[in-house]
Amino acid sequence: FSPAQETLLQRVEKVDGGLDSQDVATSLGVDHQAIVGAVKSLQALGDVISAEQRSSKHWELTGEGCEIAEQGSHEARVVSSIPKEGMPQSQLMKLAFGKVGFSKAMSNKWIRLDKGHEGGPRIFKTVERLEDLVRDKLLLVQKGQASQLEEKEKNELKKRKLLSEVTVKSYWITKGSCFSTTITKQETELTPEMIASGSWKEKKFKPYNFEAMGVAPDCGHLHPLMKVRTQFRQIFLEMGFTEMPTNNFIESSFWNFDSLFQPQQHPARDQHDTFFLSDPAQAHEFPQDYLERVRKVHSEGGFGSQGYKYDWKIEEAQKNILRTHTTAVSARMLYKLAQQEKFTPVKYFSIDRVFRNETLDATHLAEFHQIEGVVADYGLTLGDLMGILHQFFNKLGITKLRFKPAYNPYTEPSMEVFSYHEGTVLNNGFLRCRSELTI
Amino acid sequence: MPTVSVKRDLLFHALGRTYTDEEFDELCFEFGLELDEITSEKDIISREQGDTKAEGASDVILYKIDVPANRYDLLCLEGLVRGLQVFKQKMEAPRYRRVSPVSSEPQRLVITEETTAVRPHAVAAVLRNITFTQERYDSFIELQEKLHQNVCRKRTLVAIGTHDLDTISGPFTYTAKPPGDIRFKPLNQAKEYTAQELMSLYKTDSHLRHYLHIIEDKPVYPVIYDSNGIVLSMPPIINGDHSKISLNTKNVFIECTATDLTKAKIVLDMMVTMFCEYCEEPFTVEETEVVYPDGRTCQYPELAYRKETLSADFINRKVGISESTEHIAQLLTKMCLRSEVMSDGEQIEVEIPPTRSDVIHACDIMEDAAMAYGFNNIPRTTPRTYTVANQLPLNKLSELLRQDLAAAGFTEALTFALCSQEDIADKLLKNISETRACHISNPKTAEFQVARTTLLSGLLKTVAANRKMPLPLRLFEISDVVLKDETKDVGARNNRRLCAVYYNKSPGFEVIHGLMDRVMQLLEVKPGQGNGYHIQAADGKTAWEPSQWFKLDSVSFNGN
Repeated sequence: FSPAQETLLQRVEKVDGGLDSQDVATSLGVDHQAIVGAVKSLQALGDVISAEQRSSKHWELTGEGCEIAEQGSHEARVVSSIPKEGMPQSQLMKLAFGKVGFSKAMSNKWIRLDKGHEGGPRIFKTVERLEDLVRDKLLLVQKGQASQLEEKEKNELKKRKLLSEVTVKSYWITKGSCFSTTITKQETELTPEMIASGSWKEKKFKPYNFEAMGVAPDCGHLHPLMKVRTQFRQIFLEMGFTEMPTNNFIESSFWNFDSLFQPQQHPARDQHDTFFLSDPAQAHEFPQDYLERVRKVHSEGGFGSQGYKYDWKIEEAQKNILRTHTTAVSARMLYKLAQQEKFTPVKYFSIDRVFRNETLDATHLAEFHQIEGVVADYGLTLGDLMGILHQFFNKLGITKLRFKPAYNPYTEPSMEVFSYHEGTVLNNGFLRCRSELTI
Repeated sequence: MPTVSVKRDLLFHALGRTYTDEEFDELCFEFGLELDEITSEKDIISREQGDTKAEGASDVILYKIDVPANRYDLLCLEGLVRGLQVFKQKMEAPRYRRVSPVSSEPQRLVITEETTAVRPHAVAAVLRNITFTQERYDSFIELQEKLHQNVCRKRTLVAIGTHDLDTISGPFTYTAKPPGDIRFKPLNQAKEYTAQELMSLYKTDSHLRHYLHIIEDKPVYPVIYDSNGIVLSMPPIINGDHSKISLNTKNVFIECTATDLTKAKIVLDMMVTMFCEYCEEPFTVEETEVVYPDGRTCQYPELAYRKETLSADFINRKVGISESTEHIAQLLTKMCLRSEVMSDGEQIEVEIPPTRSDVIHACDIMEDAAMAYGFNNIPRTTPRTYTVANQLPLNKLSELLRQDLAAAGFTEALTFALCSQEDIADKLLKNISETRACHISNPKTAEFQVARTTLLSGLLKTVAANRKMPLPLRLFEISDVVLKDETKDVGARNNRRLCAVYYNKSPGFEVIHGLMDRVMQLLEVKPGQGNGYHIQAADGKTAWEPSQWFKLDSVSFNGN
């Protein structure tokens, strides 16, 4: 431990109140930083001393100020350098202090300028003795008696860059709760050796610093979006929904669009919105009789529908795409359900990736996940759909919901769900689910 | 969702009252609309081009309202007002009628054989003694544009042309001619051009150049003449200047040419129903006769009213409410579907007007009933469908493994399923043809050329994007790749993969090896040849990269 630390402790012990670190530094004849260092080291040992930061301002001479204090102000030196017979102006200007000194000496009326003198403008002294007030003031400050000067005077010297106001930081040092003049190092850790030897009984241990953070565990992490998916999956399972097999990104237009009553000229089937495949370009297998029925409903109507009344083309339906929604899978599942001998009510769900051919920007990606739920049973109502959605969101902690009519080519009626919080209606694309109710 | 921009004060004037923004927002919500934005022309210009350009632009408040894509009757102020007024029961839905001309033969549009090659269908109608104001005129033009963008599919399916009937004289001929033979002064031009010249002229027109492709390469272009050889229009590109409409126009001739007749009829009906309000005899449209190449004639506009019958019970059951037959009839009438209770007290006869071409099935009617009732007034119930849920085994396994991989200190990544060809081939020192990859025909950028056949590329990209992060990086992903497969109906299938990457200043092969051992342990597969798992070097194909030291080997598990 440094002598500075020991001396400091001794000084603190002797005094009743406290000490200023600057004073200590001056009296010891050491640099203030050494004292600051000692204070810091002592602080690390615990509550040995108490150090309060203080700051005070005082005036100091600048480099130029020091020069003037030593040699006199520019203007005084100008005067003293001019002999009885005067000096050409040009010669004076060559001197280091000439320029500044000249104008000041002129305004003090210590010199005069004879412009018309032969041989060029000439400067003459007008006084023999002068009071170099500037130097006197600076000397006062240098001696530590800046308080004798008025604020106005000090600020003027500051403007001339001869004085500067310096903030001095110091510490006010007092005894701490565990003050002692002997410095003992505190242990940071209990070691097996200490336990074995019993030396722990004599050691002092440094208290834990609870203000700092601990060590971050070096663990793996799950992806935030996947965590959300897990949560939604869980909710569906809790509500009795069975997971659909959606592990087929590539789908035929038939299942993705036609079987869902989306007309073949619909803009969503555009090159601009959907990814088409060049290889494999076409699907080659369809349930034929179902395909025929789909064709009929599109082109002529059927099952109570007017249809779209256009020429339905199989070539369009065969085109392979990257699915634009997982509803394509729901369509397949419902078809399978319809093939069953005996109808059983079902609840299906899926959460998986879908694709759309969009220009990417900060809020739009070409791939995203879609949440899909399907309930198929007799006698289901719109109220049931809203009820299920309500329960679903309840499980997410969202209880306030409003439903708004919307439009989808293949769901009728359709709705958007808005969750709101104390009056604000949040339009949440993420929470816009596709729920089908097949009645 | 198409957006309609209407001047707020005009809207309120037509509605007969003012609303606060909140009140109107609420009204829209109930009706299935969305008040998307409240702005002004000045605001719009300011946002897009800066404040200085916006100087002097109009301050008039505009409401931008989102309208469902299938509601063509709500695409203009007139339609919106009518819909809302009927919804609020402030007025009855108007009855649109096609009428014969008072003192003469109906106008005739004769279609010739030549059009079948390029744009076979046409329909037409006349708005007689109409009065335009600046606002009505603007709305008239704007609706055409909206219809063109929506149901007309950017003029490819249908194109609308409107003309001042007093400047032309029928009968009109709709034919198709070689481009060199068509010559006229198009709208807003000072001189005549041939059709070929127009194609060049409009190549630089920011609006029209998008439609040139529809007829550009055809041997003949569609063109409509009047009896004096004046060109009314060359659909779907541009109308003639001669017959252009002005504020003083009293009689309008509307023609729609099309490749889809059904849509053409819908579009014509929309145009006339919306604006016949301003005719001297409101809500009447004068008939026009269209003559087909085979001599058949047809009267337009159709303005058909269709009837459907359904029971109150049907609506109640589907929606989940229990309203009286009378009330349901009332609800439907609010939606412009005029309904009457039939004599048996249970059935409702619903009349579907020409403005509601979106109603094509009983379920559409049911939806409208629900909307009129108010979706948020319907009691939310739980279906009595009892089901026991099952997880998809593949997903169940994936979920379990994910947890354990994170527990092993690896961090999950989520990467794109689409990538460039290089990503799955060249960068892995493979030939693209060996990969069994599925190729996309219309990628917007190289990043979407193929569906990934391996998860490795995505993970490596993730590492590359994060190499400044503290090392080591330990990443994994359990997800699908896509492979061609002739045995599937679409010719491809997904394949679930697990991939892990370790990135550090030292290679750490043993880390990945150890992870794999752990995964196998979890799957209860023992190490060893035969019934277990073992590693073998992959045919000398290793990828060495100077800054990242790792080796790729294939892991072979019996059977997979």
